[in-house]
Amino acid sequence: MKKIISLLALFAIIIGLVGCSMDEGSSTKTSGSKSKDGKLKVGLSMNTLNNPFFVAVKEGAEAQAKEDKVDLVVTDAQNDPGKQLADVENLLEQNIDVLIIDPADSDAIAEGVKKANDAKIPVFTIDRQSNGGEVVTHIGFDALKSGKIAGNFLKEALGGKGNIVEIQGILGTNVGQFRSKGFNSVVDETPGFKVVARQAANFDRGQAMKVMEDILQANPKIDGVYAANDEMALGALAAIEAAGRLDEITLIGCDAVDPAIEAIKGGKLEATIAEPPVFLGKEAVKTALKISKKESVDKEVILDSTLVTPKNVNEVKTK
Amino acid sequence: MSNTTPVKQEVQKEAFNWLSLIEKYRVLLIFIILCGIAGALSDVFFTMSNVMNVLRQVSIIAIIASGMTLVILIAGIDLSVGAVMAFSGAILAGALTAGWPLALALLAALGVGLLFGLFNGFITARFGVPSFIATLAIMVIARGMTLVYTKGYPLVVSNDAYRYIGSGRFFGVPIPIIIMFVVFGFMYWMLKYTSFGRYIFAIGGNEETAILAGINVRAIKIAVFGISGLLSALSAIIYTSRLMSAQPTAGTGIELDAIAAVIIGGTSLAGGKGGVTGTLIGALIMGVLDNVLNLMNVSPFYQSIAKGLVILIAVLVDSKFSKIKK
Repeated sequence: MKKIISLLALFAIIIGLVGCSMDEGSSTKTSGSKSKDGKLKVGLSMNTLNNPFFVAVKEGAEAQAKEDKVDLVVTDAQNDPGKQLADVENLLEQNIDVLIIDPADSDAIAEGVKKANDAKIPVFTIDRQSNGGEVVTHIGFDALKSGKIAGNFLKEALGGKGNIVEIQGILGTNVGQFRSKGFNSVVDETPGFKVVARQAANFDRGQAMKVMEDILQANPKIDGVYAANDEMALGALAAIEAAGRLDEITLIGCDAVDPAIEAIKGGKLEATIAEPPVFLGKEAVKTALKISKKESVDKEVILDSTLVTPKNVNEVKTK
Repeated sequence: MSNTTPVKQEVQKEAFNWLSLIEKYRVLLIFIILCGIAGALSDVFFTMSNVMNVLRQVSIIAIIASGMTLVILIAGIDLSVGAVMAFSGAILAGALTAGWPLALALLAALGVGLLFGLFNGFITARFGVPSFIATLAIMVIARGMTLVYTKGYPLVVSNDAYRYIGSGRFFGVPIPIIIMFVVFGFMYWMLKYTSFGRYIFAIGGNEETAILAGINVRAIKIAVFGISGLLSALSAIIYTSRLMSAQPTAGTGIELDAIAAVIIGGTSLAGGKGGVTGTLIGALIMGVLDNVLNLMNVSPFYQSIAKGLVILIAVLVDSKFSKIKK
């Protein structure tokens, strides 16, 4: 009897926990399969929702969906291409009108895009591209250009010479690769630059702090640091600040998330590159609306990347 | 003939002693060799500031690994440590932002960690669910709760007194290092000199016998998992303070690093054999390896291969010596 009671108690706790998280998750979903009220129903398959950049993409999309009275169904693939394929299949089952995909992996998602093609549901990608299937359009930032902006900023700030550190993102993604490629194209044509360390920290603040601590130990003189996103820039900043070498180092991040903007205002971070994720999410939903109205859309939409420095930090809009 | 026999025996005995000495201190030996190589490869490795740097980096994994040692000593495993760490950190940041006094916020974080740990222990001990499965479930739940609570964003903390825990120094020694040594000192004492410690070894050695000997196995198990959860929260306090923000992704994969540190340190996965001293050295081996590869600016692709190889070598050497001893 005691056993049964404790078992029941356990069940209650688990159901309670699951219930809590379900509530949160379903706030973006709507009941029923087909929107009967004639509202447009859009599926958004996100690659991850535990990274601030992508959470902001989702929030931008939700804000726009609310404004345009669009039903938005969001799924989270947790960075797993396999799960994302299942997500896409599930979304296609729910009678959506347009499908938006932020691919976890550019190659693996091709199968998902083809499934949407077969189901005759218009589909397009945001942020990362699909290497297969037919997409109506692609909306994103130019990662190559963003890397070049960072390189040119350091070149100008340091007068074309100095010891450089590059902290890279996830090298398995094209954003990670292209930002690095763009940055290094500038470094290669700047003979005065010497790359003293090049390490990956997977777009993660904690990892970047650790990597930067080691780099600071190994290199008594560092002039410029490029971190391929703001989370890593903030991690590197924590390490640099703790080492008391804030004045010596010029640091640039990328994305322009709020804490980075604050750090620029506080004079700790020298620059970042605004690729506001909220705009990407909003643009995605606007485009879905256009597609449903059979309006023409460009094959590729590149959103602006702008350099943010203390000079223009108060004017830059990120939301 | 009869005259030569005793001499032979003596020689054998001496050789055996020498081997057993290496056997006893093999982990330490691997660590010293690794440090020697690291020092030869990089001239900054042995500088005071780098030594402090490595110890401070290691503290977070080491503290979690010390709790993991207890769990593995009773032949269990705790996969939830990283997720519990993330959730405790989020609660701490939330409490501070809500204006709680620092002491209360720290207690809340530790309490949350302890509760998760006790819950792990309760499911394992009360229902006989293998700890691998029970803690896997808690890991997923705690990670999910962290994402719900933080909404996927890092929670920024601003509290100067709290910053001191992660970034402050006491007589030149960073606070996280002091916390780490206090934790290990306490665990060493507990395992060696308290009946609680002896019960842990008894349960790991043979659970049936322990029950027959009248040990309250269930209570000990719950307590052990509780300690593991508590120490995950302690690590979260340091980690969150170092970054001055609670990361929703904090501690991802840290459970594997902690388990590796325990195993490299010579604690048997089958339970009943090992201790925290080895775990500390195991964690240091991994920390030194990470550090020297970064100091040398080795490409991240090769870093994980090198790390895996060293773990493999350490474990192979370990199993070889266990066989010789048999």
